[in-house]
Amino acid sequence: MRADFALWRGRARHAIATRVNPSSPDAEPAVLCRGLRKIYEAGRGSGRKRAGAVLAVDGLDLSIRRGECFGLLGPNGSGKTTTVEMLEGLLQPTGGEVKLLGMDWAHDESRLRERLGVALQETRLPEKLTVEEVLTLFRSFYQRPRPLETLLADVQLEEKKRAWVIKLSGGQKQRLAIACALVAEPEILFLDEPTTGLDPQSRRQIWGLVANYRAHGGTVVLTTHYMEEAQRLCDRVAILDRGRLIRLGTPAELIAGLGAEHVVELELEAGVGQGALDEATLRGLPTVIEAHLSGEGVWTLAAVEPEQAVPALRTLLQERGQHLVRLVTRKATLEDVFVSLTGRALRDG
Amino acid sequence: MAEPRRPRPVVQLTLMRLRDMMREPGALFWTFGFPVLLSVALGIAFRVKGPEPVVAGALPGVTAQARDTLAQAGVQVRWLDQAAAKAALRSGQVAVVLVPPERPGEPITYRFDPARPEARLARATVDAILQKAAGRQDALAVRDQEVSEPGSRYIDFLIPGLLAMNLMSGSMWGIGWVIVEMRVRKLLKRLLAAPMRRRHLLFAFGLARLVVIPFEIAVILIFAHLVFGVQVAGSYAALGLVSLAGAASFAAIAILVSSRAQNTQTVSGLMNLVMLPMFVLSGVFFSSANFPEVTRPFIRALPLTAMCDGMRAVMIDGAGLAGTLPCLAVLAAWGTVSFVLGLRWFRWG
Repeated sequence: MRADFALWRGRARHAIATRVNPSSPDAEPAVLCRGLRKIYEAGRGSGRKRAGAVLAVDGLDLSIRRGECFGLLGPNGSGKTTTVEMLEGLLQPTGGEVKLLGMDWAHDESRLRERLGVALQETRLPEKLTVEEVLTLFRSFYQRPRPLETLLADVQLEEKKRAWVIKLSGGQKQRLAIACALVAEPEILFLDEPTTGLDPQSRRQIWGLVANYRAHGGTVVLTTHYMEEAQRLCDRVAILDRGRLIRLGTPAELIAGLGAEHVVELELEAGVGQGALDEATLRGLPTVIEAHLSGEGVWTLAAVEPEQAVPALRTLLQERGQHLVRLVTRKATLEDVFVSLTGRALRDG
Repeated sequence: MAEPRRPRPVVQLTLMRLRDMMREPGALFWTFGFPVLLSVALGIAFRVKGPEPVVAGALPGVTAQARDTLAQAGVQVRWLDQAAAKAALRSGQVAVVLVPPERPGEPITYRFDPARPEARLARATVDAILQKAAGRQDALAVRDQEVSEPGSRYIDFLIPGLLAMNLMSGSMWGIGWVIVEMRVRKLLKRLLAAPMRRRHLLFAFGLARLVVIPFEIAVILIFAHLVFGVQVAGSYAALGLVSLAGAASFAAIAILVSSRAQNTQTVSGLMNLVMLPMFVLSGVFFSSANFPEVTRPFIRALPLTAMCDGMRAVMIDGAGLAGTLPCLAVLAAWGTVSFVLGLRWFRWG
């Protein structure tokens, strides 16, 4: 990422002047919520079930530290967006308490808005405005907007300055949306699924933006259903399922919680050899602590020592006359954590 | 110490609206091109022509003398046989058919459809000519005064109605539809996530209309003046005031209509529900005096009726500011009630 050091240093100085020192014991968390709940009444909230009330978020407690990158991870419909929109003060919680930077929405809305940056899931900015015009519009809302040229440089859209929004690629649109969130040096940056639907290169560019912002002390709250994204960007991750927090920790802690850091995936040639494999047999292999069969006929084994498990597996298959179509060993990911916690894959929703 | 170059939110929001409109060829056509085309089409269809000659059919047996008498008085006479006469009457090619007496001494017969005004007119004309030729004397002395001056033609009636209709559509589509579109795109929500003041957005919508309205009026007025010689009998100030009041009133109605709609189909349906009855009832194209007496108070209370009446009072009758007060009162009432309800029910997300 480009070095806008002068600017970012300025930003950091500003931060020191106006913020409580994060390391002091009485430092306020950047985001705090207790018992956060959201119930969508029957017939409201488009896109969700129309009949009957829907409990979207069910008593969530979170404390996000300043300077942290915090990920809300979960399948579609798990309540991630509802949660961030309540934190952002855009959705009224049914119950619970939200505090940002020690302030709450009821009393400090205008002060909070100045200090937060928000990129919603899929905002479609005005199509026939140019990049420059969109940024000027957003700059007009803030007391202390950053210079246009710096913003453009941050998100690498200098050359697209006079292009209409409709002419931008998906990645460029998303970078513009993030630039709109970065207009006034926010202390907390909320990103709701920032890279959904983007190609790998655009995704990496967005990750670069986030890293650059964080490098200067900013707090990031992001939602994603991409494991790689959470693992790469987040200091801590909260895994949500059906509106509830089911695990919280650093990606390493969550993976360690599986009890085995390696995964062996195998697929057998159908109808060859004697009988199907079963869970008990596979668990009997050395250092294998878990075995799941997916709908597509792929076995996933959690193994502490794949060097021991794989040879034993080969021997077992030879004895049974079965043939491998595919065998992969890899490090366990947050995806595996989710599968092991819920029995479902993240993308299944 | 605010930097002098910090953009102003109301200006930027207004520019957003204007740019959005100016860069959309469709919007320009419907705002400026369509009303002009409509006035051309209707102006030509209803242009003032010389009096239509009466066309009468005559069956074999009608005397040549009768025919000559009629022809000299300007009636076109066509000789027809029974079958042709029937067809010509049915299709309106002749308005009345003269049937000779079957036996000498019996009366001549006029065959016509009394449900058609032009047929009744033709029968009366033909009869008067023949009676006069037969020696009838007028018992009462009368004198005709023929009138065809600007201000009394159909186009003079139509143009104020078109102006009113165009201002209504401009406010409804330019505000109602645009608000819902911004809601669907999540742009409303995104703007709220920035420290934008809600009143600034509403104010900008009004301001953008204010910029466009003079052009909307001028295009039609100048065109109607150049092509049809349509005049404004009253003051331009009064015309401006009625236009502003009407546009503002419909802007408020647009806010009400769009306050909760979650997609553009819903809002187009709602707007048609509001506008279509008024197109018919409010006398844009034809005088609403043709509707039954009991419906008049209701029709007069409609905002489009008020605007049409106000426009015509100024343009045709030369009314000043005082003469437009009743119309302004009706528009103000609609505007106020709609605005209050619209804001109360308004949904940003």
